[in-house]
This record gives sequence, C-alpha cells and structure tokens, in this order.
Amino acid sequence: MAVVAVVVFMLLRLTTGDPAAIIAGDSATAQDVAAIRNRLGLDRPIAEQFVIWLGKVVRGDFGESFFFKKPVAQLITERLEPTLSLAMCTVTLAVSMAIPLGVAAAWKRGTWVDRFVMGLSVLGFSVPVFVIGYAFIYFFAIHLAWLPVQGYQRLAEGVGGFFQRLILPSFTLAIIYVAVIARITRASVLEVLGADHVRTARAKGLSELPVLIRHVLRNAAVPIVTIIGLGIALLIGGVVVTESVYAIPGLGRLTVDAVLARDYPTVQAVILLFSLVYVMINLLVDLTYTFLDPRIRY
Amino acid sequence: MKATQSVSVAVPVPAAPAQTRVADWCKQYRSIVLGGAILAMIVLMAILAPVLGTTNPAQIDPAVRNLRPAAERTVRNANGTQTTVKHWMGTDSLGRDVYSRVVYGARASLIVGVAVALISAAIGLVIGVLAGYLRGLDGVVMRVMDGLMSIPAILLAIGLVSLSRAGLRSVILAIIIPEIPRVVRLVRSVVLSVREEPYVEAAIALGARLPRLLAQHVIPKTIAPLVVQTTFICASAIIIEATLSFLGVGIPPETPTWGNIMAEGRALFRIFPHNILFPGIFLAVTVLAVNILGDGLRDMLDPRTRKQI
Repeated sequence: MAVVAVVVFMLLRLTTGDPAAIIAGDSATAQDVAAIRNRLGLDRPIAEQFVIWLGKVVRGDFGESFFFKKPVAQLITERLEPTLSLAMCTVTLAVSMAIPLGVAAAWKRGTWVDRFVMGLSVLGFSVPVFVIGYAFIYFFAIHLAWLPVQGYQRLAEGVGGFFQRLILPSFTLAIIYVAVIARITRASVLEVLGADHVRTARAKGLSELPVLIRHVLRNAAVPIVTIIGLGIALLIGGVVVTESVYAIPGLGRLTVDAVLARDYPTVQAVILLFSLVYVMINLLVDLTYTFLDPRIRY
Repeated sequence: MKATQSVSVAVPVPAAPAQTRVADWCKQYRSIVLGGAILAMIVLMAILAPVLGTTNPAQIDPAVRNLRPAAERTVRNANGTQTTVKHWMGTDSLGRDVYSRVVYGARASLIVGVAVALISAAIGLVIGVLAGYLRGLDGVVMRVMDGLMSIPAILLAIGLVSLSRAGLRSVILAIIIPEIPRVVRLVRSVVLSVREEPYVEAAIALGARLPRLLAQHVIPKTIAPLVVQTTFICASAIIIEATLSFLGVGIPPETPTWGNIMAEGRALFRIFPHNILFPGIFLAVTVLAVNILGDGLRDMLDPRTRKQI
C-alpha cells in the first residue's frame, strides 16, 4: 500500500506540469508564480512535499477543486451515493447471473449450453460498455418504453423510482463483469468436476445439485472470488462510462467533467480514491481465501 | 534431365496431403480462421477507404443534416448533369456522411490497437526479461508495476490523456502505459520458470554469454504466450481508445473514430439512433474478431489450457 501511495504521488507529481503556473493564469509574472509555488509548498524538496501531501490525504484533505470551487472531499461525498448504489447493484446482479451460468456451462460441457454461455461471454467483453448502454436505452427505454431513459433518483426520494432508474445502468455494467466471472467459474468448476471426491459424492448417491453446490462450487471458489476482486477494475472503468451514458451524477461523471475542465486536484483525488478502493477490495479478497480454503494461512 | 524428372515426380506426392492438412488445420482452429477473416475484411476496408464509395468524411453540408439511413439525394454538378448520392447510413447533425465516417473511422481504431499492442509488447518484453533475469532489479520493477496495475486501466489512461494535448499519439501513449505491466508480469513469470531448466544450465556451463543466452534460449520461450497476450491487448486498446473518444477526451472530432462519431451522435440519439448504431456495430464486431482470434491462438499455442478457459 505504501508503494502504491508513492507511485500515485510520483505519477501525479511528474505529470501535472506546473500547477502554480496553471493557478496563476496566463497573465501572471514570474514573481506571482513563485509566490504561489511558495504558498503551495512546491518549492520544498520532493520527499518533504510527499510527506505533507500524504498527511493531508490521510486526513481526507484533497485540496480545492479549480473548477467547482469547493473542497474536493466535499465534492466526492456528494457524488458518492449514485456510484455506490450502481456498483452494489451491478455486483449483486453480475454474481447472481455469472456463477449459475458458469457452473451450467461446465456441467454440460461440450453441449449447446456450454457453447451458448461461452459465446455470450466472448460477446460480453467484446462489446464496449457504452455500445451496450445505448442498445439497451434504444430497445428498453425508447422502443418498448418500459423504463426511464436516463437520470438518477436518490434513494431518499422513493425506492421505486430509485430502482427503476438503476436497472438499465446496472445491467449494462454487469454484462462485461458477468462475461469474465462466468468464464473463470466454468474453468474452475471443470477442474474440480474431475476430482476424486466429486466421484465419491456421486457414487454415494447424492443428487447433482448438492454435489455441484457443496462439493464442487465450494472447492472452485478461490479463483472465482479472485476474479470478482480483479474485475472491480473493469467495474470502475465501466462506472465512468455508464454514468456518462445514463446521465447519473456520480463519481464517474465527476471524473469526466473534471478531466474536460482540466481540474487536476479533482482528477487526482478521484483516481486515488478509485485505486484505493480497488486495492482494499483485493486485500479483502485475499483475506477471504483463508475462509474458503483452510489450507491457506497468512 | 534426371533432375527435372525427379522434381516433377516428387512434387505431386506431398501436395495432396498438404491440401487436406490445410483443411484439417482450418477445421481444428476454426476461431483463428473466423476471427482472422473478419479482421482481414476490416483492415482491407480501412486501407481501401478512399475507393469504397466514400466522400470526404469531414465534409460538412448543412443542406443534408440528419438524413436517415439509405436516404437518397440528387446533386447538381458544375456541368449541369445530376448525380444521385445515397447515404447508406444517413448523415450526422452537420450533414457529414456517416458511412464515410465509419469506414475511415476503422483506421484510427486499428492504428491505435496495433500500435499499442506492438509497442507495449516490445517494452514489456525487455523489462520482463531483465526483471526475470536480474534479481536485483526484480523487486523494484515489480513494485512499480504493481503500483501501475492498482490503477484501473481506463482511469489511468483518462488521467494521462488529460495532461497532454488530445491526439492520436497521446492516446496511444496513454493506453500503452497501463498495458505494459500485464506484459511484464507474463514475460517475467515465463523467464523465471525457464531459467531453472536444465538446458539453460547446460548453456551456461558451455559458456554462453548473457545476451546470447537470453536471445537463444529464454526469449523464444516467451513468444507464444506473448503473441496471445498481444492480441488481447490489441482488443482492449481498441475499446479504451473508443471509450476515450466517446467521453470526449480522446482523438478530436476532425479525425473520425468510432468513439467520437458516437460521442457526436449522443445529443440526438433518441431521434436519430443511426449515428450511434453503425459505429457501435463496427466497433463491437472488430473487437469480437480480435478476441476470437486471440482465443484461437491460445488454443493453438498453449495446448494445456485448450478448451478450458
């Protein structure tokens, strides 16, 4: 984690150009720029800057947004709810669709079920998220007019409207995730299906479903959980796109707006936050291994 | 005389099995043939764009804004004759021909896909071999790679692009950087397993120097997995480029790309979905073809995981 912080800091430091010049504007003299640089502490040694920056970030102080003229931390908390609801809804949907699909494909290996699931899976991570998004909007919201086209409603304003507006974005985002998880589930389940203990379980007369759930899925879980964790990267990238397509005022939308407005403090904070979430989730995934497979010890 | 006779006799004999061998090969690796064929068609389309009945993709014509697909219009030429132009995919909100834009748009996607795949594979190969072979370097390099990998690829690309002027070169660069760690990890893991092999020890015992050792014994082992990985990087690069252009931070709209055609079609999507539909289909088919090709290559080059993943 410390390494990640250093890398992110260096990346931002090396690539931001000169923030003092940006803040000062075009008409500033060299003295003005120097004064701002001094105020921001940019004239101190890199190591000292890093410690100061880290200290602020740990306290949740990401500086002030150039564009929105608000503290970045406040901006982020305002945008947190839509993104969090979208992400949770997507993960729930994706996992509940992908694992049965993957298990079915492995169980019926070589049949049309298998080919169908694998075909869907390749299709799923070949079609970009925004193409899926527009196809869904066109079909479900405009052609059939079942659901609202775009927008977001806060949970506090009514559960019905909240879910109604969240269904399409979540499905859109879930597809690529389903594709990846189903693929790994199938591979992992296939490996376990050939094991001795599965043959024993079948031989002692257990019917297929308990065998699949208790004996196969349990032992095939580690790679599946791993890919759910790694897939969060796809999810984060997808959130940025999905929120733009569906006009959801979340963190992803904030990222795009901030990039277009060249609002560096906000861009930095959001990227750092997303990376942090990604790393933390994968840490959590690593910890669940001990629960899933008692042979793994840390 | 004798020599020519032996040649004329020898040639037909292996020729017959060679033909069936090609057929068998095609049957066994159907996905390579399928993916390769679709991809070849799209590459041809990109190269031959000027002669495929396209007009200038950047030409704005306010008189024919927002035509629906397959709309025809008559143009009066300078010499008084009339020609009928058919807009197969309609026109966009500035009157540009969507068909021409989509055909030319293939160029940007393919250039970005191929350039990112080749460059990141080359850089990744060098770093990966060095990290795998020089123990001292390994720790530092891999920590940096872990750090890069902990930032989701699209976000890192967005961040990098936002810092420089948008354009083809900066987009390529911004996609290469997040892709390199994946190559490095792959190459390094192969190198680490190869270096313990007896034949590498034998080569060292025979006095092979390091450059020769790497070039002759280590690097060839990394090629097969690297080829597969490069294909998948190409697919992912095409998607990321389209995403960046779609979000408005990628290649600027003067150069048509599938992503920015879609971005421009967003405003009128409800009334004129064709601006988003056609580039979307081409984009999806291209990426699909690359992925199918990659799956086929993996089956061919890595029999261990064949038909499993």
